[in-house]
Amino acid sequence: MIALEKRPQPSRAFSLATPVLAVIATMVFGGLLFAALGKDPLVAIKTIFWDPLFGQYAFFYRPQLLIKGAPLVLIAIGLSLGFKAGIWNIGAEGQYIMGALFGAGVGLAFYPLEAFYVFPLMVLAGALGGWIWAMIPAFLKVKFGTNEILVSLMMVYVAEQFLPSMALGLMKNPEGFGFPGSRNLQQYPSAFNADLIEGSGMHWGVVAAMVAVILAYVLLTKHRLGFAIRVTGEAPRAARFSGVNPTRLVLFCLGMSGLLAGLAGMFEVSGPAGQVTIDFNVGYGFTAIIVAFLGRLHPVGILLAGLLMALTYIGGDIAQSNLGLPAAAIQVFQGMLLFFLLALDVLTNYRLRFGRSEVA
Amino acid sequence: MGNEMKLTKLLTSAALALGLATTAMADGHEKTKVGFVFVGPIGDGGWTYEHNKGRLAVEEEFGDKVETVFVESVAEGPDSERVMTQMALDGADLIFTTSFGYMDPTINVAKKFPDVKFEHATGYKRADNVSTYSARFYEGRAIQGHIAGKMTKSNIIGYIGSYPIPEVIRGINSAFIHARKANPDVQFKIVWAYTWFDPAKEADAAKVLIEQGADVVLQHTDSTAPQAAAQEAGNVVTFGQASDMSQYAPFPRVSSIIDDWAPYYIARTKAVMDGTWTSTDTWDGIGAGMVGIGEISDAVPADVKAEALALKASLADRSYHAFTGPLNKQDGTPFLAEGETADDGTLAGMNFYVEGIEGDIPQ
Repeated sequence: MIALEKRPQPSRAFSLATPVLAVIATMVFGGLLFAALGKDPLVAIKTIFWDPLFGQYAFFYRPQLLIKGAPLVLIAIGLSLGFKAGIWNIGAEGQYIMGALFGAGVGLAFYPLEAFYVFPLMVLAGALGGWIWAMIPAFLKVKFGTNEILVSLMMVYVAEQFLPSMALGLMKNPEGFGFPGSRNLQQYPSAFNADLIEGSGMHWGVVAAMVAVILAYVLLTKHRLGFAIRVTGEAPRAARFSGVNPTRLVLFCLGMSGLLAGLAGMFEVSGPAGQVTIDFNVGYGFTAIIVAFLGRLHPVGILLAGLLMALTYIGGDIAQSNLGLPAAAIQVFQGMLLFFLLALDVLTNYRLRFGRSEVA
Repeated sequence: MGNEMKLTKLLTSAALALGLATTAMADGHEKTKVGFVFVGPIGDGGWTYEHNKGRLAVEEEFGDKVETVFVESVAEGPDSERVMTQMALDGADLIFTTSFGYMDPTINVAKKFPDVKFEHATGYKRADNVSTYSARFYEGRAIQGHIAGKMTKSNIIGYIGSYPIPEVIRGINSAFIHARKANPDVQFKIVWAYTWFDPAKEADAAKVLIEQGADVVLQHTDSTAPQAAAQEAGNVVTFGQASDMSQYAPFPRVSSIIDDWAPYYIARTKAVMDGTWTSTDTWDGIGAGMVGIGEISDAVPADVKAEALALKASLADRSYHAFTGPLNKQDGTPFLAEGETADDGTLAGMNFYVEGIEGDIPQ
């Protein structure tokens, strides 16, 4: 018999090892899946994980990794602050959309004025848009005790209605022959979030993501607020005794995660995407939840996890094209990653005991 | 700027290397590689399903001489740009990008790979190596409208719109014009689903329309959910959209509009093989076979079926245009004079209802 026995202390070793083990398990079982689909599993794994980084066209894919990874990291950093404190913002997707709409809206309002202050104002507007959208569930929670998980999630659907409304109405390109979608901000120099070094993939969103990683690390390890976040998540009663103000914490954590998600949306719409379109959002806000947990809610872990997720997306598309793997197989593969992470996470808090379990 | 030059050079030299491979192709040693970028899954039973059928037709036609590759469920925006670049880097000679939202990404990537040919569906931006193509689905809508006008007993026809864009508005107008011709008492009720494919939303929309008395439901969304809702209601007529949806024939699905991209994809692939490819703007309809009309089932009375087929023939040989005057706009201002037909520019940007349709186009 194998029994699970609760560890007196969560295992630090397993906490660090489970993401790695989860990746390995995903490769093994993903490989089996690919083999069952009649593809060479080793080639498939190599195509997904190796080719984008070191293959023939790595010069093109490496910058793409930054473009795909930056919004994930930026959003996940914000989410992790709340998650650590047991405050669950599930609505980053909506905050991402609103950040993009606010940011693009400011840019489009200035069009065609060329001025140095257009882009900074767009950044502020993007942050504000995401922040406002997250403050709605935050306010309702502290005022009326509503559940922030439900409210923040519902707000995603509201934002998803604003998006087509803007793309087809207020922000529609007047020179677009009636087709949906705004002007392309890539063609408006003052508003364009271009690569800082052309072709490097390093746009302002990537810079913001890196700054966010550093600031979050400092906040969590050095600052009193970081202590409040950690202690609230680990021991809510102790937090109360140590003078943590739960209302302020809710407002800070939800507000900050909304702000970062809004920034991610703004940098995306003004850079890689360029346009407000009906289908602008592609699920970064939800994927970032996986990234936050895959990264153990640790800033550096999130950075690595974001890049790993980006890699599976990029490699997955290459595998589709070159090996004829269906998109669904790639999605199952990505899903396995979270599944194995959560499954193996059991070992952080429990240990396996072999032999007959005693009846207490 | 210097770095931009470097990247462009790098990409161009990669493209050049591939260009050499392409030259070898003329000797019959190398295959022509054709890439397809799909917005949905190939099993969606509608839009992407039909584009993929076109891809398979290319393989069927040219056998060993072609290799096709595709990526499905590619989000519009930077993801699509990456997938197109990847296909070009991996040696594609011709790339079909099959969604409106791929327009700017296609133009961006085409600039970097001047030797690769691109074909963008339903857009309006072209370049030396970028063609556009679309289908005159409104011709099919005319036939649907006629059958709908004849079949309705409640005189209320429901219409599930996807997004209020010219493509969809054109379809509503064309269906309405011909429904009114067949039956002057017909009214249209329009529900906007704000989706191209969402079975749950489409089913809701269909149910709302049926509750409001519609006994014919037309749809500009791709799932079979409205068919299922109609079947449940029992006496409601529907039409297949994008693909035949024949699993609901002979009733509630009495006919369909089928996107048939195969002839076009084969012709354009052939042009690349022969070296005769040039940038063009194609807008084909029933005549060229790009718009197919699915079999009109026995649920439709024989005389109505005959009229529908006659209408189809006149649209196919261009003796009749689906937008022929006299027609007024919704607000009563003149649109087309007696015998006048709408030009393609007006049709492409159509953003108004014709006279008789109630309600506003959402803004």
